[in-house]
Amino acid sequence: MIKHLLSINNLSILLPEGADRKCAIENVNLTLSAGETLCVVGESGSGKSLTAKAIMGLLPAPHVRVGSGSINFGTEDLVQVSYERLRQIRGSEISMIFQEPMTALNPVMSIGNQIDEIFRYHASMAKLERQGKAIQLLKDVKLPDPKQIMNTFPHELSGGQRQRAMIAMALALSPKILIADEPTTALDVTTQAQILKLIKEMQSTYNSGVLFITHDFGVVADIADRVAVMQEGLIVESGTVNQVLNQPSHPYTKSLIAAVPSLTPRAPRKKSDESVIRVNRLNKVFGGEKSFFGFGKSKRIVNAVQNVSLDLFQGETLGIVGESGSGKSTLARCIIRLMDYDDGDVSINGTNISKMGRAEMRPFRAKMQMVFQDPFASLNPRIKIGNIIAQGPLIQGKSKSEAEERARELLSIVGLDSKAYDRYPHEFSGGQRQRIGIARALALKPEVLVADEPVSALDVSIQAQILKLLDDIRRQMNLSMVFITHDLRVAAQVCDRIVVMRYGKIVEVGTTAEIFGNPTHDYSKELLSAVPGKGWENKNSASLR
Amino acid sequence: MNRTSKILRYVSRRLLQGIPIILAIIVLNFFLLNLAEGDAVDVLAGEAGSATPEYMDQLRAKFGLDKPLPVQLLVYLKNVVTLDLGYSFRHDMPVSKLIVDRFWPTLLLMVSTIILAVGFGILLGLLAAVSLNTWKDAIITVFALITYATPLFWVGLMMIVVFSLNFGWFPTSGMENIAAFHEGFDRVKDIAHHLVLPTITLSLFYLALYTRMMRASMLEQYGLDYVVTARAKGLTERRITFVHVLRNALLPVVTMAGVQVGALIGGSVIVESVFAWPGLGMLAFESLFARDLNLLLGIFLLSSALVVAVNLIVDVIYSFLDPRIEIG
Repeated sequence: MIKHLLSINNLSILLPEGADRKCAIENVNLTLSAGETLCVVGESGSGKSLTAKAIMGLLPAPHVRVGSGSINFGTEDLVQVSYERLRQIRGSEISMIFQEPMTALNPVMSIGNQIDEIFRYHASMAKLERQGKAIQLLKDVKLPDPKQIMNTFPHELSGGQRQRAMIAMALALSPKILIADEPTTALDVTTQAQILKLIKEMQSTYNSGVLFITHDFGVVADIADRVAVMQEGLIVESGTVNQVLNQPSHPYTKSLIAAVPSLTPRAPRKKSDESVIRVNRLNKVFGGEKSFFGFGKSKRIVNAVQNVSLDLFQGETLGIVGESGSGKSTLARCIIRLMDYDDGDVSINGTNISKMGRAEMRPFRAKMQMVFQDPFASLNPRIKIGNIIAQGPLIQGKSKSEAEERARELLSIVGLDSKAYDRYPHEFSGGQRQRIGIARALALKPEVLVADEPVSALDVSIQAQILKLLDDIRRQMNLSMVFITHDLRVAAQVCDRIVVMRYGKIVEVGTTAEIFGNPTHDYSKELLSAVPGKGWENKNSASLR
Repeated sequence: MNRTSKILRYVSRRLLQGIPIILAIIVLNFFLLNLAEGDAVDVLAGEAGSATPEYMDQLRAKFGLDKPLPVQLLVYLKNVVTLDLGYSFRHDMPVSKLIVDRFWPTLLLMVSTIILAVGFGILLGLLAAVSLNTWKDAIITVFALITYATPLFWVGLMMIVVFSLNFGWFPTSGMENIAAFHEGFDRVKDIAHHLVLPTITLSLFYLALYTRMMRASMLEQYGLDYVVTARAKGLTERRITFVHVLRNALLPVVTMAGVQVGALIGGSVIVESVFAWPGLGMLAFESLFARDLNLLLGIFLLSSALVVAVNLIVDVIYSFLDPRIEIG
């Protein structure tokens, strides 16, 4: 038998009494060898993060604690070792990187100091030597101008740079094991590709074992050697990456993989030439106004949307894709006039709505509705579901009974029980809330639905259901849809045409098949090549038709 | 542009912006105070026991109270611009001299109170948060609750009863023993001796506030991701608490302290009365009943200028504590 770096045997973690299940994880067995990447995959609540935290002894004690089992690291059992020994192991022999590098770094401490701490607490070195080492580390993770970075604070770096700094910190003492807890989930797709590459390179340099936690099968396909799939605290399947991804045996694994949208665009549909919404040379600038008294600082100006013109045709789904900060959400909000713009025109069915006042605008509001990204923040927690949905029709002058009837009808359309009418948002899961958000948008019988990242906060299986629901509704109600997403897999399955945005400008427009098959702009090519797991294409992959 | 010149530029801009704010406060106060019935002449006449209407008119003409309000306001504003705060007929002294005389005792009380309250508040809050759900935490929390809920004047009176009358450790009232004619270091010691009870009394309330705030702030910070990172880096709990969490937890407390310095000037009326401390609060209180508007306006002007200045100082301190705040 090969000697493993780490072996977890029959590990169970207890949840506090009154939680929805007794154990966060139950009888988990995992092994990790040097130079190997083990991916733990699962949806939210599957216990994958707690497994990682248990290895580091970072469980939120005393509420959540190890019930039974052992975590063998070398000759020691990490469940039993003393606190002082555990502290020595953390950061030097096992280290960890996290999902959100902004919150995982101390906001008021410079990057240099945060790296320096590790040396100070694990090795005895002179100050100059520590500094030299830290600069070398920052160079290794390919941060520009490492000396300068030493004195910067986390908020002065971009998301990708912050994650690089985190990795530098984690690798400071060449640990035997690197635990990565969704390290690329908060990053843009091109940055994600770079970070994944960096982790791979670092792993081969140090020959460390990497325990990689993720929910994204694309990422798994790109970096894993072995995979363990978790569901509600249990490991339901594990094996080599080839076995699990291409010949999954457990039904849960199969369903998860089937829910991953395929990168092959869906078959084109017949296209209408009738334009529902026409956007003409739209501009939106943030900031820039003169401050009080006129002699203050000049404010930072952001050109969020620059000279954007586009058409939304009857019955089509127009995808707007781009990375964070590309102006896609701003554009969507400008189109339906949730936000005023500086310059340009928007017409709906030939009527220019750019200069309309509140009252004039009201009948047009009903024609354009929005579905938001965050299903938790976008529903008022103090209003019952029925009223949330009925509010729109009431404002538009429908009678109370009509609005209620409409709300009940919509609840059944989006697949919710009619009992939901009298309940509050917190009683529903993320996917159910997104259904409520869709029902709210549909209550006014809109012609245009603007969906701003409607599935990016959802687990992959829920995501597939919501995408299917949106597609069904679009077909039944003959809606035209603007679909904003950063996920090209989703875009491939949902959109008829795609607009690629960068820095507030449209860089390329084309049918989905054109963009995926033959992108012309360099940036579109870059985006496509960065999609994780593009080499892996599953026959069972979700396709909406 | 380097940081120092950035800060200088920021400070000068904020000071310039403060001028219209203070002017607006003067105008507002002027009209507010004139809403009240009666003027200084009424009070003087009332105290004299008898005064003919002719004599009262004569007095009003002398004080400038016979002119229409807008004219009185303009005259006052003109005087303020030349740094002349007017004359208090009640005390027969220039307002500026009166205020300056009373300002130092108030400042002394205020500064010692803030230092005591913020310092101990942070310490106790820290201790409570570190030993969460233990007897230490319970004692501190209960102590904070009790001092928060007890009226200031009662605390003051009880302090006098216990520590002055029963034990005789501290003087009952006043700022110094005038009859002793202390000089130099002896005088400093005497004033410090007199300062103890009023400072403790006034601090207790604010101490409770800062303790609770610091405790909550620490606990909130403990729950954040960067603390998990710090643990994952293998740092000691001591380092995590005192270097990582403490500095982040201080930020809201500093903000709160800044806001309250202004409030403390007004809030000290009760303590100044109980301990006969010759401060601004007492002066304002007396001048209100004497309808001595000139004096009252002068005190308000000083308070508003102080609030503007303290807010500015806090903002600058904040920019050093939190690098995310950009000044300029």
